[in-house]
Amino acid sequence: MTFPLSLGPKGRPRMVKIEKVRVETPQVKTLFFRDEACSGAEPGQFVMVWIPRVDEVPMSLSHVGSLEPNGLSAITVRKVGEASEALHRLDAGSFLGVRGPLGRGFKPVKGRVLLVGGGLGIAPMRPLLSKLKKLGCKATVVIGATSAGEMALAQEVEVLLSGWGRLLKATDDGSLGFKGTASRLAAEILKKEANYNQLYACGPEPMLTEILALSFKYEIHAQLSLERYVKCGIGICGSCMVGPYRICTDGPVFASQLLKNLPEFGSHRRDASGRKIPLPS
Amino acid sequence: MVKPSLQVKLAGVKLENPLMNASGILGLTSYSLVRLAEAELGALVTKSVGLEARPGSPNPTVVEVPVGLINSMGLPNPGLEAFKAELKEALAKIRKPLFVSVFGFNLREYGEVVRRLEGFPVAGFELNVSCPHVGGVGEIGGNPEALEEAVKEARASTEKPLLVKLSPNLSSFAEAARLVEKAGADGIVATNTIRAMVIDLEAGRPLLAGVYGGLSGPALKPVALRCVYEAYEAVKIPIVGCGGIFTWRDALEYFMAGASAIQVGTALAYQGLEVFRSLLSGLSAYLEEKRIEDLSELVGVAHKR
Repeated sequence: MTFPLSLGPKGRPRMVKIEKVRVETPQVKTLFFRDEACSGAEPGQFVMVWIPRVDEVPMSLSHVGSLEPNGLSAITVRKVGEASEALHRLDAGSFLGVRGPLGRGFKPVKGRVLLVGGGLGIAPMRPLLSKLKKLGCKATVVIGATSAGEMALAQEVEVLLSGWGRLLKATDDGSLGFKGTASRLAAEILKKEANYNQLYACGPEPMLTEILALSFKYEIHAQLSLERYVKCGIGICGSCMVGPYRICTDGPVFASQLLKNLPEFGSHRRDASGRKIPLPS
Repeated sequence: MVKPSLQVKLAGVKLENPLMNASGILGLTSYSLVRLAEAELGALVTKSVGLEARPGSPNPTVVEVPVGLINSMGLPNPGLEAFKAELKEALAKIRKPLFVSVFGFNLREYGEVVRRLEGFPVAGFELNVSCPHVGGVGEIGGNPEALEEAVKEARASTEKPLLVKLSPNLSSFAEAARLVEKAGADGIVATNTIRAMVIDLEAGRPLLAGVYGGLSGPALKPVALRCVYEAYEAVKIPIVGCGGIFTWRDALEYFMAGASAIQVGTALAYQGLEVFRSLLSGLSAYLEEKRIEDLSELVGVAHKR
């Protein structure tokens, strides 16, 4: 070991200035900022976002600076609780803390790929699209939302896919595209066209378990991004475990083989105290 | 020459090697304990458990500084009953000695938690009387009467080995060590973390949500090493060294100061669970090179005059 020690950008939050705020839906905003470490993130990696006096929460990067013409990285945030409400109150010019990028992201793989994003699950896969395009992939992207008005990032994804992929939309209420969940739509697609080389998915865990089942059914390798309560983010506290794996260092993206019969996956998450909380099935 | 022995006996418990994890590192869920047990350590310690569930401090809970990590986890734990289920699952799969770390907000809590775990096949207990960032728990270790009472309560509740993890933030470590020995402890863990803090300049406020945290890592090593050295002169019960161990050289310093075993925590953030393997191979190579047959020959050698 050499001293002083350094976990680099993982060790401590850096205050970054919000350059731009974009309203995606009434409940979703994207906050853009400039940060060298985030700029070099792998798609699918996350940052701990610190709002002083409020909380520090894990958020995937929806934009990775080095993959964007304007060099800005970003997080896309749905208003769901205290921390996200505080983030929604921030304007261009205000500051927030970022620590990371943390964890392991998506591995871009050549060939025909299917990406499934439930709700804001599309956010961490958005930077993956740039990588897949460079590899010469052919992509199908499914975005699911509760209703048309709550679908975020679809327009942007459509532009990114221009010439090499297609976007299919699913809404629970049928107000836009396929009526049903993103995973139901994915199942329909795979029933007709099973010649995919890779599945990528991020979203609510019931959706992920369905995608995992599809991956085994059609024997297509999958990479799934999971979510848990994260504290240290550096692999020592054990708050974010799913079975024997730590979301913050072994994940958040896991290969389908690792998730097969994984204890707790699809059935339980844990609260801040470590108590098991059943997941909806 | 035969391969040098790294086996140790700690308060009557046989360990295949003298390496343990520091409490608070993984060790809360059954699967994290099982994963920890797969690493090359001789014994495990759970995260600290109390009677009631606690969410711990809000985030940020850990921050790196140039001399180590400062954490203010705030003793998160699912409460004794939920923990018992995790422990039961873990013990069915683990073949290594496991110590349960116990904290309390009052003196009776230590005894009660220990008592309610009595039927479990654990190797022993480690009393956390020294958490530097949760009001009430740190104070117990800093108050001689309270410390004595907490150890006695736990002692009366179990026949199993009882380790007491003390704070480096004491005016006399040796005195505290003597006191817990007299109260019936079977071993001392030296030490917990140093009370510390960080202020973020841009935010203009303490970075950790819990304001105060415990400093671990390289800054702690010489301090905890001094505590081990002092305790070795003060008591007969074995001492477990804990603080800033990253390499086999760090570990050796602790053995020479008087530690019979050592615990590793912060290094896992930098080297992962493989740190145990590298410590072990470094220690083995050293013993072989020096033609020392048994690690125990080194324990306390720094005291010989």
